[in-house]
Amino acid sequence: MQLTARDRAMLEGAEGPAPQLAMSILVRMAEIGGAPGLMDISQAHIDSTIYLGDATLEFAERLAALGARVAVPTSLNVSGVDVCGWQRWAVPPEWAAKAARQMRAYEQMGAVATWTCAPYHTHMRPAFGQQIAWGESNAIAFANSVIGARTERYPDLLDVCCAITGRVPAVGLHLTENRAGQTLLQLVDVPRPLQADDQFFAVLGHLVGQLAGDAIPVIDGIVTRPVEDQLKAFAAAAASSGRVALFHLVGITPEAPTLDAAFQGRRPRATIDITVPALKAARAELTNADGADLDMVILGSPHFSLDEFRRLAPLVAGQRRHPRVKLLVTSGRAMKEQAEQAGVLAPVLEFGAEITLDTCVLASPMLPPDIKRLMTNSAKYAYYAPSLLAARITFGSLADCVRSAIEGRVVRDDSTWQ
Amino acid sequence: MAVMNGRAIVAGAAEGEALVSREPLSFWGGYDFKTGTIVDTHHPLAGVRAAGTVLALPFSRGSSTTTAVLLEAVRAGTAPAALVTTGIDSFFALASIVAGVMYEKSFPVVALDAGDFDRLTSGQWITIETSGIVRADGA
Repeated sequence: MQLTARDRAMLEGAEGPAPQLAMSILVRMAEIGGAPGLMDISQAHIDSTIYLGDATLEFAERLAALGARVAVPTSLNVSGVDVCGWQRWAVPPEWAAKAARQMRAYEQMGAVATWTCAPYHTHMRPAFGQQIAWGESNAIAFANSVIGARTERYPDLLDVCCAITGRVPAVGLHLTENRAGQTLLQLVDVPRPLQADDQFFAVLGHLVGQLAGDAIPVIDGIVTRPVEDQLKAFAAAAASSGRVALFHLVGITPEAPTLDAAFQGRRPRATIDITVPALKAARAELTNADGADLDMVILGSPHFSLDEFRRLAPLVAGQRRHPRVKLLVTSGRAMKEQAEQAGVLAPVLEFGAEITLDTCVLASPMLPPDIKRLMTNSAKYAYYAPSLLAARITFGSLADCVRSAIEGRVVRDDSTWQ
Repeated sequence: MAVMNGRAIVAGAAEGEALVSREPLSFWGGYDFKTGTIVDTHHPLAGVRAAGTVLALPFSRGSSTTTAVLLEAVRAGTAPAALVTTGIDSFFALASIVAGVMYEKSFPVVALDAGDFDRLTSGQWITIETSGIVRADGA
């Protein structure tokens, strides 16, 4: 492997102990990945912010104590605590204190306090073709696929090394030739009304994640024009049920104007049909609750966007949630501020919803033990809540979620899916 | 006994009982580092304790935080003794490297050909050598 003079200097400690440590980890990963060398990035998104316990905190504080500074503009993913609102929830004070310490460590490094798993909703959104190092599975898939920026699937603890050095191994999805589609997933007889359903792209993503294995999937046969939040839902779902870091939707995503372009002129290694029964089964997998009992509706994984607030506001306007059922929206500081300015936050709060910033119900132990029956329109929440929260969850549309919050029990309009 | 030539992605020696699945796993939302148990309700090994085993999975899926969960598990003493995969899984490799840096406790990560991987079954006694040789006894 060829290192530049600057890479070698960093590795030898010429720029201080933090770049040295980060570079030593990067070089080992580059060797493992068979990289010919390292390359520059112009932005990073650090997922290592999620506080899990003493190890994640010790790692962050060790780097901060070594004087680590990010070398490129760097956004921060969710943390383990909503520093302004955790007292209203069941977060243990010791957890809150340690999670806040971990936040301070990353802020000390000069990263921007975005505190969101949807950095593409902030001013830090990268451009098409930009070389970046992003952690957070949904954000990686979104950046690569929807924006056409270029990032490998970076894990926690490595993303920060990339940010500190401004360098990454020159491999994988950073390189044009590795971005070609590999498996063709063909929608077969999936009618337009089903494709236009609010839940369709989340369900399709959940199925694609399972079918794609470790290949780059190309999905053909979509006849609707999904909005960005539908693509976000697809990316998050596929990156939860699978390891999808890049996907191409033919005629929709920027590197797939045609089927041929999506595969860069190559032939698919495999072709798999996606049928209505498979989609119905995938949707059913996202619900593990039985019955209509409901404690809380949770929205916002990935973090709720301004457009999602815009959709939610008229659904809840002039109404009030059922006194027994909570409605929680998890979002980021920037999106909440935008929603406030656009006048679409007030109706949501008047409905009786609560807003949690900087984190989510999966990353912070905020839900009290009596909240066990959830409903969501997020495939990512639906995928992880049974494992992480031991919860019963129902997946439905945004309108279903609002109606259920009003009626105090799970209500779903399943007509499109029957 | 089966002897397989694996590629030592992160070199090291370890032994333990094999715990094998053809289904990939996300450690975040999938592995409870407090108990060393697999908790992903979508996974066939849900409910099985993996601490101290030689855990064989084709690759990681899902969350970027898989590495951080593994690091916590190493610190807590609840990590698998080694990981065996079918390809180069950078998540598992990174977790082991950082566990070495932070706690001087890296664990072997070995990649096997798909054919060799298919010869592994849960319950075998697995010995991993620094060179990447994997020996599977019994079952």
